[in-house]
Amino acid sequence: MIEKLHWTLLTAWVSIMSILDSNFALGTEPVIDFRRQIQPMLSEHCILCHGADETNRQGGLRLDVPSLATKGGESGTPAILPGNSAASLMIQRITSSDPESIMPPPHANKALSGEQIDVLRKWIDQGAKFESHWAFTSPVKIALPIETKNPIDAFVRHRLQRAGHSPAKRASNETLARRIYLDIVGIPPSPAEAAAFELMPIETRIDELLESERYGEKWARHWLDVARYADTNGYEKDLKRDQWAWRDWVIEALNGDMPYDQFIVEQIAGDLLPDATQNQMVATGFLRNSMINEEGGIIPEQFRMAEMFDRMDCIGKGVLGLTIQCAQCHSHKFDPLTHEEYYGMFAFLNNCYEAQSFVYTKDQQQIVRRVHESIAKSEKEFKQIFPTWETELKAWQESILGSRSDWKTIEFDELNSVSGLSHPAPQSDGSILMTGHTSSEVFMIGSPDLTGVTGFRLEILNHGDLPMRGPGRNFDGSWKIHSIDLQIQKQDSKEWIKLNVANVGADYSSSEHASKASYKIKHYGPVSYLFDNNPDTIWTSDRRGRRNQPRVAIAGFDPPLSLPQGTRFKVAMHMADHSGMADYSGTVYHSSIADNIGCCRMSLTTSARPSAANCDHAATLAILAPDEERKPAESSAVFTAWRKSKLELQDWNNHIDALFETFPERQTTVLHLAERETSAARPTYLLDRGEWDRPKNNVLPHVPIFLYPMTSLHKEPPRLAFARWLVDRRSPLAARVAVNRIWQALFGDGLVETAEDFGTRTAIPEHSDLLDYLAVDFMENSWSQKHLIKKILSSETYQQSSVFQKQISELDPNNRLFGRGPRFRVEAEVVRDIALAASGLLSSKLGGPSIIPPVPQNVLNYNYVVPNYWSPAPAFGPDRYRRAVYVFRKRSMPDPVMASFDSPNGDVSCVRRVRSNTPLAALTGLNETVFVEAAQAMALRVLREGGRDDVSRTEYAFRLCTSRKPNAKEHSAIADLLIENRKRLAEGWLNPREIATGDSAKIPELPEGVNPQDAAAWTIVSRVLLNLDETISKN
Amino acid sequence: MSNAVISGEVERTKRRWFFGECGVGLAGMAASSLLGKEARSESSSVEANPLATKLPHFPAKAKRVIYMFQAGGPSHLELFDYKPELTKRNGMLPPKELLAGYRAAFINPNSALLGPKFKFKKHGQCGMELSEVLRDTAKIADEICLVRSMQTDAVNHAPAQIMMNTGSQSFGHPSIGSWSLYGLGSECEELPGFVVLTSGRGTSGGASNYGSGFLPTLYGGTPLRSEGDAVLYLSNPKGFDATAQRSSLDAINRLNALSSTEIGDPDIAARIHSYEMAYRLQTIAPELMDLSNESKKTLERYGIGNPNEPSYARNCLLARRLTERGVRFVQLFHGVWDQHAQLTAGVKANAADTDRPSAALVQDLRERGLLEDTLVIWGGEFGRTPMVQGGNDGRDHHNRCFSMWFAGGGFKRGYVHGQTDDFGFNVVTDPVHVHDLNATLMHLLGLDHTRLTCRFQGRDFRLTDVHGDVVKALLM
Repeated sequence: MIEKLHWTLLTAWVSIMSILDSNFALGTEPVIDFRRQIQPMLSEHCILCHGADETNRQGGLRLDVPSLATKGGESGTPAILPGNSAASLMIQRITSSDPESIMPPPHANKALSGEQIDVLRKWIDQGAKFESHWAFTSPVKIALPIETKNPIDAFVRHRLQRAGHSPAKRASNETLARRIYLDIVGIPPSPAEAAAFELMPIETRIDELLESERYGEKWARHWLDVARYADTNGYEKDLKRDQWAWRDWVIEALNGDMPYDQFIVEQIAGDLLPDATQNQMVATGFLRNSMINEEGGIIPEQFRMAEMFDRMDCIGKGVLGLTIQCAQCHSHKFDPLTHEEYYGMFAFLNNCYEAQSFVYTKDQQQIVRRVHESIAKSEKEFKQIFPTWETELKAWQESILGSRSDWKTIEFDELNSVSGLSHPAPQSDGSILMTGHTSSEVFMIGSPDLTGVTGFRLEILNHGDLPMRGPGRNFDGSWKIHSIDLQIQKQDSKEWIKLNVANVGADYSSSEHASKASYKIKHYGPVSYLFDNNPDTIWTSDRRGRRNQPRVAIAGFDPPLSLPQGTRFKVAMHMADHSGMADYSGTVYHSSIADNIGCCRMSLTTSARPSAANCDHAATLAILAPDEERKPAESSAVFTAWRKSKLELQDWNNHIDALFETFPERQTTVLHLAERETSAARPTYLLDRGEWDRPKNNVLPHVPIFLYPMTSLHKEPPRLAFARWLVDRRSPLAARVAVNRIWQALFGDGLVETAEDFGTRTAIPEHSDLLDYLAVDFMENSWSQKHLIKKILSSETYQQSSVFQKQISELDPNNRLFGRGPRFRVEAEVVRDIALAASGLLSSKLGGPSIIPPVPQNVLNYNYVVPNYWSPAPAFGPDRYRRAVYVFRKRSMPDPVMASFDSPNGDVSCVRRVRSNTPLAALTGLNETVFVEAAQAMALRVLREGGRDDVSRTEYAFRLCTSRKPNAKEHSAIADLLIENRKRLAEGWLNPREIATGDSAKIPELPEGVNPQDAAAWTIVSRVLLNLDETISKN
Repeated sequence: MSNAVISGEVERTKRRWFFGECGVGLAGMAASSLLGKEARSESSSVEANPLATKLPHFPAKAKRVIYMFQAGGPSHLELFDYKPELTKRNGMLPPKELLAGYRAAFINPNSALLGPKFKFKKHGQCGMELSEVLRDTAKIADEICLVRSMQTDAVNHAPAQIMMNTGSQSFGHPSIGSWSLYGLGSECEELPGFVVLTSGRGTSGGASNYGSGFLPTLYGGTPLRSEGDAVLYLSNPKGFDATAQRSSLDAINRLNALSSTEIGDPDIAARIHSYEMAYRLQTIAPELMDLSNESKKTLERYGIGNPNEPSYARNCLLARRLTERGVRFVQLFHGVWDQHAQLTAGVKANAADTDRPSAALVQDLRERGLLEDTLVIWGGEFGRTPMVQGGNDGRDHHNRCFSMWFAGGGFKRGYVHGQTDDFGFNVVTDPVHVHDLNATLMHLLGLDHTRLTCRFQGRDFRLTDVHGDVVKALLM
């Protein structure tokens, strides 16, 4: 029913547009427009069964490829015979009276109307000319249809002329000032700014506003929707994450007008750019905005795949403008994208770690750089005065290799945590990665089948999936462990026998220290604690600036141990928990964070007297690789270990240690992408039905053939090549999609209304020539978003009055022809920012951690994991009144204010918001804490700045909210409101203090000559004005 | 004007004045939108009264739904599906062939079987076998339709809850309540058409369990809260009494009406309407939440000790009150049935919270003549393993079978559907997948689940994806 209605209305719309077009001459047979009339019809009614998806294809017929449509399907009869509709099987079947034969089949509920069939007939009779899908061919700038100063106006005015209309008059200066401010900076002009608006040419004013830092804050929000940005991980636990560094990167990139192509490349593969900076690594946080499932019983790979699908969806909607996620399960039903090609694109992104790294401030980066430079300088100096260093280092390496024991990695066949929450997962290099929840009690059991075992080794290793590469699972990648139990179970025995160890050693331990009295654990430090069976002691190894390094511990067996076939060997790890501890920013974490070891490898040896090499484990690992294969970091580790082994270099070494003591603590962290090493490369498989656990054939990275070839694949890392391909100048989509989204932000709807889908389901838009012109122009102007925004804002089209003109509004109520200026309720964030700006409360602080907004207790209570960072209290002081872009976003508890005004919660990419108008939004504007505080503050501002009498104050209050003066009727509405409420205040019906401050005991900070009753009366007025349609709309 | 609540008549007069004088009444809005906004393929703008009552695809058995969602995964083995074989094999490992290809959420599947913790008895004329902890549900055995062969795809809470409620394991899809409103509109102008009541702990699926997904926001569920404001921001700011509020709204409306005349944008009329609705809600919601005029007998029947204290029982009674007022879809969320450990005590405690009020609601609806056309649903996101978790008093998540019950709205009475094996592990006869259930629920509401679609990202989405068959056997 709904579809039918839908279609009827769509046809009604098409005919209205034809009426609007005065070129539509009666009497002559119009030429059928394939792109506007035929393709949408085929897509809607036929292509599902006669399109690219071979698994769903019926009768072997394809109607999306001209040669195949004219050839016909299995019947061998041409479905379409150009020039002869009567002989075309398609028409015969569509008009058949036999329910067995009629197309589309009745069960599909896709019947064609008589009118539609007529159009199809005419099209075939006119020669059945197919055209390729408009959005899959490159945009071109066509000659402007008429001459105008701004090219946008040429297209718009020409189209209006054809419809027999002319543009609306220019909007008033006040309206325009407010419109331009809201569109560039997302905040209305102050009364002074509004008054000064006409003092300079509008284009100069636009330039000036585009330079404001507020611009980035306003426009970042649109991209944050696309990027599904949030401050929590989503799903059941929905724990807090620190990702604001990425949000700030977006604001900064937009403020710097980073070219859009670079903007995309850095976000998808910034880490792979030559000499990538911290900023470029932070940029790749874009794809990491996916939700992360931290439920206890999950299979981590299942939800990593869910994140991957989400990343694809985001790129599809946000960059390509294609609904590629359809091809996750099967070839796309409508667009020529195959199942295989989906996984071809997927493969470019699939070889990443789920990385997290420290982010330093600019000053801190300076310090880090200085530390490293100083060390390099010292080492260089040393090499100069110690010319034989190379020979000595070689000899030292040889000695390390020579004295090395022969370690055999234990293969465990049973790995688990006592709670079942953490999933120890064996890796290809024999190491074990702790995945899922943290869990302090983890055990592994294997059958080593080895006799004469003299030692056990525990290596604690880095891994790209751990916070800061680990090796620990604490928020900073550190770890702590109480003890390890080694046990054996003899064949046919049920009993586990605990083993004793001797000669325990490690490459490095923290020095012995006692903990704070409040901690249960009393002693930290030496590796001897690892086997002391004492739950009050901990082995740890943590050094400033060198926290995230591998470690090794070794224990001997004396006498040697025999583990014949059938003997089970168990390692039980008792790691430190400390979950629920607070991090450096005061954030208390939950189960995803604990002092656990994140990645380790266990080995046994039969070599005599095994001991830990007297050097950092990083060096030991590096020495195993041949010199020429070492990465710079590995060579550096070897060199460092060697110089530390030299007693005569004590002073140098002390100097370098001291340098590390100046290493700064990071400002925050960020989730980002990092490419897996070749040795750990992850293959991509086509997934049957898109199910994560049904891999079929291996798929190599490749791009869809219907678009354009990738040229740089073998010259650059694949993901970087993919990023560049997405925004290649040859792309028919990238620029159109970006331009359309900006148009959408300014006009309320895009030139293509389905901003996320430019595929074949999307008919060519009314103003395709304009879209194409702007897309080409965008690319020609270095993909500059500011340039594009200025071009649009400078047009007469944009600057028209938004008052509804009777005649054209009836025919074109949605303003698809732009016969008037844009008018719509602003987005949620701007609604809030307007109230704060009008009241004077708005803070201008740029960037930083998200602020915790006031949320009613009855909302907070119903979280699965109650967000303790909301207590004791949300932000007070200026931070409470930061712009909405900085308000904390908790996915499973959408901010009630933002949600009321249709802000998405960031579960999935959203390129187009809906706008609703509900009583809940009305209640929010009237009664929510921050809005009420804004009304109270605005009252005081009006009393302070708005003159001495009601008339001038009314005028000022009106200007604060709407940027214009009230007319006589509006004055009298406010006057009536004041009179009624002043009377009731005077009669004691209302408590002035309560209204003006929310607290009957508190006196507002009154300007001279003003009493609390005035403050209360003006609070009532301010609340009314802040809730006006005009206040929350862009007019 | 006095401080007293403005009478309905004054209210209506005001509104008439309003929509008459400013000339952009709802009728005008509707006409303009018919020509335009709704005609677009995927409208993003405000549509005129998208909640208007719509005709179903075919005559409906049920007009309204009360969905008592039991979050966390209630143990079918302790409640609805008696397995003496498990008692016999308590402590023994399950047969190898049972576990082929099976993966549990937490436990090693090869864990000992655990016998049911409670006694079961046959009840009613139909002889429905139920656990001793369901004392009151047992009394309505002849009224309900019990399905023991439910199946779902997900085995973790959040994905499984949104699977039940949105038909998809991935986030971003509309909930069943939203689909119902989208398909049928609302019959109650003054209250939201889809109301959510929560008790116990917050759910794993969070707000997505009742969200609108890609449908417009106003189809989403509106939580009615037992503590604080029933509807968010319902209370006026401190110091504002009803008269001050009325005078403020009059001023807002008067000024908006002036803009409306000046600008002619139909959205302004819609805004005026939304502020009026907000004002109505300020009176109606507190009335609705106030149980003081419910008889002591009723309160006792539902097991409501203190009518002002939030509880599942209170929510059940509120569900009836909402249903009486014409609310299309009421969904209760109660958590947490997640007995990994302390199975006996946990199931007992949850049953103590939910058994009596759930049964009382069904009886109350029956007595008031509302059950006929109200669909009542009781169930969670999955069941629990016959294998033990931990010592000897816990069960893990299990998606291969679980139980739910239904009443009213065209469901059979005193009927048990489907059967599981001796372990309560696999469905043996008549499996009912979540998609089948949702197809059936839509069917009873008069909606063909294959035809209730929404175009999103170029595709016509439905609640049941590409699956789902109406389970005719469940229907009267």
